[in-house]
Amino acid sequence: MEPRIGVYICHCGSNIAGIVDCEKVVEFAQGLESVVVARDYKYMCSDPGQNLIKDDIKNLKLNRVVVASCSPRMHEPTFRRACQDAGLNQYLFEMANIREHCSWVHEDRDMATEKAKALVSAAVRRVYLHEPLETKEVPVNPNVLVVGGGIAGIQAALEFADSGHQVYLVEKEPSIGGHMAMFDKTFPTLDCAACILTPKMTTVGQHPFIQLMTYSEVEEVSGYVGNFKVKIKQKARYINMDKCTGCGRCQELCPTSVLSEFDCGLGKRKAIYIPFPYAVPNKAVVDPENCRHLKGLAEGKDVCRLCQKGIEKKGVPGCEAEAIDFEQKDVVVEVEVGNIIVATGFQQFDPSVIYQYGYGRYDNVLTGLQFERMSNASGPTGGEVLLADGRKPESIAILHCVGSRDENYHKYCSRVCCMYSLKYSHLLREKVPEAAVYQLYIDMRCAGSGYEEFYERLQKEGVNFVRGRAGEITNLAEAPEEEGKLIVICEDTLVRRKRRIPVDMVILSCALEPRADADQVARTFSLSRKADGFFLERHPKLDPVATMTDGIFIVGCCQSPKDIPDTVAQASAAAARALAMVSKGKVEIEAAIAVVDEEHCAGCKICIDLCPYKAISFDEEKKVSRINEVLCKGCGVCVAACPSGAITGRHFTADQIMAEIEGVLV
Amino acid sequence: MKYYTYFPGCSSSEGGAKAYGWSTRAVSKVLDIELVDLDDWNCCGSTPYSSVEELASFCLSARNLALAEKRGLDLVTPCSSCYVILNKTNSHLKQYPHLKAQVDEALAAGGLKYNGTVRVRHLLDVLVNDIGYEAIAAKVKRHLDGLKVAPYYGCQVVRPRFGFDHPEFPNSLDKLLVSLGGEAVPFPLKTRCCGGSLIIPEEALALDLIGKILNSALSNGAECLITVCPLCQTNLDAYQSRVNQRFKTRFNLPVLFFTQLMGFAFGLSEEDLGLKTSIVPVERVLAKYL
Amino acid sequence: MEIRRRADTFVDEICAIPGGEGVRLCIQCGTCTASCPHADKMEHTPSQLIAMVRAGMREEVLSSNAMWYCLSCYLCTVRCPRGIKQTDLMHALECLSVREGLSHGRTLTPAMYRSFNDFVYSLGSLPEFGFMTWFTLLTNPLRAFRMLPVAWKLFRHGRLSIRARRLTPEGTNQLRAILDKAESLGGVP
Repeated sequence: MEPRIGVYICHCGSNIAGIVDCEKVVEFAQGLESVVVARDYKYMCSDPGQNLIKDDIKNLKLNRVVVASCSPRMHEPTFRRACQDAGLNQYLFEMANIREHCSWVHEDRDMATEKAKALVSAAVRRVYLHEPLETKEVPVNPNVLVVGGGIAGIQAALEFADSGHQVYLVEKEPSIGGHMAMFDKTFPTLDCAACILTPKMTTVGQHPFIQLMTYSEVEEVSGYVGNFKVKIKQKARYINMDKCTGCGRCQELCPTSVLSEFDCGLGKRKAIYIPFPYAVPNKAVVDPENCRHLKGLAEGKDVCRLCQKGIEKKGVPGCEAEAIDFEQKDVVVEVEVGNIIVATGFQQFDPSVIYQYGYGRYDNVLTGLQFERMSNASGPTGGEVLLADGRKPESIAILHCVGSRDENYHKYCSRVCCMYSLKYSHLLREKVPEAAVYQLYIDMRCAGSGYEEFYERLQKEGVNFVRGRAGEITNLAEAPEEEGKLIVICEDTLVRRKRRIPVDMVILSCALEPRADADQVARTFSLSRKADGFFLERHPKLDPVATMTDGIFIVGCCQSPKDIPDTVAQASAAAARALAMVSKGKVEIEAAIAVVDEEHCAGCKICIDLCPYKAISFDEEKKVSRINEVLCKGCGVCVAACPSGAITGRHFTADQIMAEIEGVLV
Repeated sequence: MKYYTYFPGCSSSEGGAKAYGWSTRAVSKVLDIELVDLDDWNCCGSTPYSSVEELASFCLSARNLALAEKRGLDLVTPCSSCYVILNKTNSHLKQYPHLKAQVDEALAAGGLKYNGTVRVRHLLDVLVNDIGYEAIAAKVKRHLDGLKVAPYYGCQVVRPRFGFDHPEFPNSLDKLLVSLGGEAVPFPLKTRCCGGSLIIPEEALALDLIGKILNSALSNGAECLITVCPLCQTNLDAYQSRVNQRFKTRFNLPVLFFTQLMGFAFGLSEEDLGLKTSIVPVERVLAKYL
Repeated sequence: MEIRRRADTFVDEICAIPGGEGVRLCIQCGTCTASCPHADKMEHTPSQLIAMVRAGMREEVLSSNAMWYCLSCYLCTVRCPRGIKQTDLMHALECLSVREGLSHGRTLTPAMYRSFNDFVYSLGSLPEFGFMTWFTLLTNPLRAFRMLPVAWKLFRHGRLSIRARRLTPEGTNQLRAILDKAESLGGVP
């Protein structure tokens, strides 16, 4: 059938029309081969704009459409749908980007208009060769996998599970709760973190539709949206979970003490331990790197086992539930889910690399998380603020922007530190009211609901706010009042004077940074990372929880540093997105994929390893490669690599691309 | 045998720190380093030139670099100030094309051209990285067991960042001391400025800085200091009595160039190392190792 | 798309100098001041100077005594969270200050630097004794008496050469040609 092409030039307000002479482009388009009609309009994506297309398709019997406007990433779906609604196959449509590629990057009107004409010509020549294609629909598995059991993962799991569909919640640590479980109070309401979190944690632990897999990690993900297969390794706890009652006898008996990770090194735990009092599941776990018995086994010895045996001499029994099982092995299970929500969170920046702040060199220089643990009533000091030698501090300084907003470490702002610094000031004013509290800041970023009011409250509470970033912390006294103190050196920029502030304790408000295993997580879940290291969302403004991989979502701090309200909102958003897909029951798969011409396939298998989506398999009988239509994303690597030219990229054939190039050059 | 173009700088060649130049040559001989003299080199201009006539300052360095480029070797200098100025010239010429055009034009007026290929190294960097601690330890004849030394880096050998050692907490000189058998005392002020050339117009301020450095060394148990910069040595050594006068202190800490201590450990003579040029006498501390 | 900038403000002038472009990036955190050994001796703190530059206070900045107390220890530069080359900025301000004849009368540092440079220009090398003598006589001959004990000790220990190192005649001419050309090009920029 003879192509009948309609060309539509969008003004996009003044975004395009401000630089490109749209009328001239319309005139030019009208003169192109097979173009039946060419129009321009202010906003093609609007209803009237789309109706122009639909009406022309009906009335002028158009069978090809070109829209010259913004990037296809903005509105290709919009216009494709318009064509489809008017009865024209959506793949008989092409977009020319004369905004991001033209009007937004050039200043010269004449040259920009010529370029717009070239781009339109390219699109017209290309669309001439388009073929109608059909998208496929695949069913969606109604289960979901949530990776990470912090507040983000917990919220996502609860939202999803309340719909009556199955959630697999995988958490690396022996208990869920994440960083929030470590906090003392939360800003700005000063709710106790554990009080608001534990009800959710308990619900997760008891929810009929949540299968909680703690002390587990995702090893491998394969499949595609709606149909993922996930391998999960459940690490050996050496505890029979059905038998353990969480009584804690084993940790009392254990002779080995090590620094507690949960207490950030301020306290100790045993080699067999219950993670924290409100852990979910509230069961023990054995640390194989420090357990004397497990280490002994490696050398063929059978030592200790006090947790199992108890102390006979004193008549103290071991584990009465007989829950300890040193024979236990790691178990790998496979689950099938339709969507995956990645909620792996953040890690705290380690300030020991900032030599001049003395972390790790001086006692009484703490990180934010360490102070949370100190302030927490169930922490290593029972909630008392104490110096390393047991005294109460008479003065404390809180330093903002440690590792954040710094070219030498992380350029970005970690968003929550101003607020949690204010929170620490409040906790200090409450717990050590006689102590002087200094807060050294560059800016005060208090943008949330109730946040600025919280700042005002702290000003009233008598915190000494000093606008100046600390240059260094030293213990070299230069005056009698500095003896035995840590001296914070800064410029009070509001009075323009260098100040030496002697204090007993320093709290470093450290940056939130991507976790050390982010690379591995990214590879497992096909995620990209941004320049700052956090996972890449599909669109920073309009699609912050989706990723470029359909069916995989990122929520919480693994996407960017944020506070609890935003984390919870994102978690709910991702759950809703996943549920929407589950509710529809099926998902549309893009048709612009690669296909192998089996007659020409030489069976060399070069394409198979090259495919980044593992979409190509080899048919041993016919000795040809076969592409899974659902897994294939149409990236074109196999098309380019095939030495026989046996693979075609649908909607990106060599002819179509050549036509586009000709259109630009001629 | 390792070859380097040698740029001593004014102080270490015929100036007040000539002992640094002597000991550098002596130590290089022991370590199989050939220091190839750069003929007709000019003063790097140091801080004064870069603070008053910046373009001229870059040209002064560019001339030296252009002359050195002809031989194609790495350029090594024992002076921290020369090290910073020459390195800064290299990086600025790469980063600022407009500046490069001006410098090229000025060089051309003298019939020279610089293509930016000379690598500028500090003597300390060359000794610990190209020669290595083990090779140095192997040449030690007089083990400095029990000698407590404060390794004073000063500022410009580690700042701004040119990739050699940590800008505030370096340890190359500490480790060098250990390979000589000595003990590097903890020294929090090891990279703090000695006052540099400001000792001349602002003596009181510089004496304050020098006093703090000496105090830090002494209070951490040091018997002497070693330095990697001629100006630092002069300030800490020649002005020690002025510090004592002003602050009523009684410092008596010998300040050696690190190459002098190396040479001493290698068994070289007093004359070769210019030990007698030190104002605060060194015999008291080194005699027990003879 | 190029962002058009006016090139006629003080900030633009500083931005055009190598190392000065950081002036626009400053977040006024004060780390430079906190790191500076001489910040309390300066009339204006290092970060204050940047704020003044951005406020267009040309005369006040160039006649400030602040940059003349800079030791070039570069502690500010390595700690600045915005990567601003503060030391280079101080040098740029010193150069401009001298060129405009605003270098502060209350510190001797500008005079010391200029004496130093004059010697290097004429000899190609710095003769310490000659330079020290000349500078002392130039600024305050009475200071010579206080300097004598140090000078004497240096002399006794063989560290004070009266004779100066010189370049060869060709070398001297070559250097002068280069430096003269540099001056005619007007300094930076």
